Amino acid sequence: MELWFSEFHTPDVKHSIRVERQLYSKQSDYQRIDIFESPEFGRVLALDGNVMLTERDEFIYDEMITHVPMAVHPGIRDILVIGAGDGGVVRELTRYDRVQRIDLVEMDPQVVEACRIFLPGNACRLDDARVKIYFENALRFIRRCEAEYDLIIVDSNDPFGPSEGLFTREFYGICYNALREDGIMVNQQGSPFYAHDAEAMQRSHKRIVNTFPISRVYQAHIPTYAAGYWLFGFASKKYHPVDDLNVEAWRALNLRTRYYTPRLHVGAFALPAFLEDMLQEVEE
Amino acid sequence: MQNDSTTKTELDQNRAPIYEALERFRQMRVVPFDVPGHKRGRGNPELAAFLGQQCVGVDVNSMKPLDNLCHPISVIRDAERLAAAAFGAANAFLMVGGTTSSVQSMVLTACKRGDEIILPRNVHRSVINALVLCGAVPVYVNPEVDQRLGISLGMKREQVQKAIREHPGAVAVLVNNPTYYGVCSDLRAIVRMAHEAGMLCLADEAHGTHFYFGDGLPVSAMQAGADMAAVSMHKSGGSLTQSSLLLTGPGVHAGYVRQIINLTQTTSGSYLLMSSLDISRRNLALRGREVFRQVVAMAEYARGEINAVGGYYAFGRELINGNAVFDFDTTKLSVHTLDIGLAGIEVYDILRDEYDIQIEFGDIGNILAYLSMGDRSQEVERLVSALAEIRRRYHTDGTGLLSQEYIDPEVVTSPQQAFYADKISLPLRQAEGRVCSEFVMCYPPGIPILAPGERVTGEILDYIEYAKSKGCSMTGPEDPDILRLNVLK
Repeated sequence: MELWFSEFHTPDVKHSIRVERQLYSKQSDYQRIDIFESPEFGRVLALDGNVMLTERDEFIYDEMITHVPMAVHPGIRDILVIGAGDGGVVRELTRYDRVQRIDLVEMDPQVVEACRIFLPGNACRLDDARVKIYFENALRFIRRCEAEYDLIIVDSNDPFGPSEGLFTREFYGICYNALREDGIMVNQQGSPFYAHDAEAMQRSHKRIVNTFPISRVYQAHIPTYAAGYWLFGFASKKYHPVDDLNVEAWRALNLRTRYYTPRLHVGAFALPAFLEDMLQEVEE
Repeated sequence: MQNDSTTKTELDQNRAPIYEALERFRQMRVVPFDVPGHKRGRGNPELAAFLGQQCVGVDVNSMKPLDNLCHPISVIRDAERLAAAAFGAANAFLMVGGTTSSVQSMVLTACKRGDEIILPRNVHRSVINALVLCGAVPVYVNPEVDQRLGISLGMKREQVQKAIREHPGAVAVLVNNPTYYGVCSDLRAIVRMAHEAGMLCLADEAHGTHFYFGDGLPVSAMQAGADMAAVSMHKSGGSLTQSSLLLTGPGVHAGYVRQIINLTQTTSGSYLLMSSLDISRRNLALRGREVFRQVVAMAEYARGEINAVGGYYAFGRELINGNAVFDFDTTKLSVHTLDIGLAGIEVYDILRDEYDIQIEFGDIGNILAYLSMGDRSQEVERLVSALAEIRRRYHTDGTGLLSQEYIDPEVVTSPQQAFYADKISLPLRQAEGRVCSEFVMCYPPGIPILAPGERVTGEILDYIEYAKSKGCSMTGPEDPDILRLNVLK
């Protein structure tokens, strides 16, 4: 028997993963949650039919969205994580002893519940004493905060579903307000390859540029995301993502990583010409 | 309550006779050698692609199986009976010319040339337009004004009583139920006073459809015993834009109302609009209470959150004072903005231009966000967050901001006489002291600053210039830039 899970990356392109069995399927108040077992990618978490993570390549995403800001800003102690109910981002952050507080705001408790059961490799550190989980609307949570965090990580779904509010100018504005004067916001910025995604990427980049004094984009190769090519946004009030990278300090931590290295950190901010053009177009 | 015709039929609110007839009609695959000429969209493929085959396929003409809006005898009549029952009216009329057509039909039914009609000055332009058409003369009851918010409230009972006493020959009293901001007058008392004086009571319920299906919402016109009500189904009722209902009580002759409607109504009533009324009425009758309970809860939540931001004042039931604010419609989310140092219209513009959020309107001191059955909590969170951001980024001490003042109009002649009189066009400032022959208003909300037949004063001209400078969209005069006004010779 052949069982395939397919995700449309555009109406004319689909990416298919052979599935051994379906482990979980539930319609929550916000979205449909599915977890599959697959031969190539291990367990796969899909929300509303979009792949959120696979056991095989989640390390790329989770390392790049966390270690880049952590290696730049030596004083990060209080962290706010938006989305990321699977726990992968929290797992990476808890590896730093200097981190004192991680507030995780996830709208959908079902995602956390499912990941605790079926994706323990990601969810394993959600019970760390520094982690507090809030099941709330992120906009509602953040607009009550002022100068409270050193780092905000926005690990959202794509901007066409229930996460739409996390790509808006009001969201970036309240994040700015919730950060300390040297704070950093890192967000998943989608893919620049297919036109539909690229336009959404440009829209949100423009809004971030209008909100933060420093705004740079960096990239990573993530096989199961659209075009296998993914972007992150680095927005900051003070630190420059490359000029302020403290290689020695990070190496001294002796953290073992599988994708991130300080050398790759610098390289990830070197973007292809077409993408530089796209970003410049909205920065003017 | 119900007249003979409605009690004879079994009224089942699960039915939607026009919708059902259109579904049957679709199955029949009738060959069209009648209008409309696009012939189910075949003749206009671009339009069909844009609106969808489902939609253009039922854009059809009146015919036997689908009844005729000008003289309903089958499915439209049945839909109107169901609507009447759902709204607690003796009769209901499906309207396809917007609530403007409902308001005008209401006024034209009640008034003839020279008749007096008692009404608050903060009526929608459609009311005064109807006076231009029929030649009735307005007797304005000055609405109370909330000085802090700069908004017109409802009519006080004593003021209405005084107008009735001073104009015993008036034929009707017209009431906003509620105003754009959600403020209600004491409708039951006004109905009683009007009836005791032998006058009709008419209600403009453009913003009150949900009163018929809400718990804890203000009283609806039909429940209060009013004689006619213009109900904007396309606002809180969920039907398509331009569809509306006219409701009448037992004291109004339905056949005469139909004749009045037919004076100005199209003979090609749109089945898209009529079916949307039919389906929306069914939805309201079956699920309206639950739907509006959620809308109220969402609006109350948003009010609390916006007030927690600081600076803004999202007002609600605390305005109720037993008279000029007899009741308040809690689904309305109106926010006073002057204390953050921005005019309402400025917040309205920033929300649209910078945050991609379109709200209903902004005036000098307030904004109104329209919440309805289609809203979800995530969008409400965006609105509240955007308001918090606007405060953080633009907050000023507010010097130089004007509050909105109610300007007591001086009616010199009837709207109809002024509209049709010989006139000249003068530069705005030179019009001072003359009698205006046209409307000036901010749209929305569409409540006239000047109406035909009223004296132009310096105070009014100051207000017009200030509203223009703040970016209010001004309409009414022949001169689209409102640099000149038409006044009586």
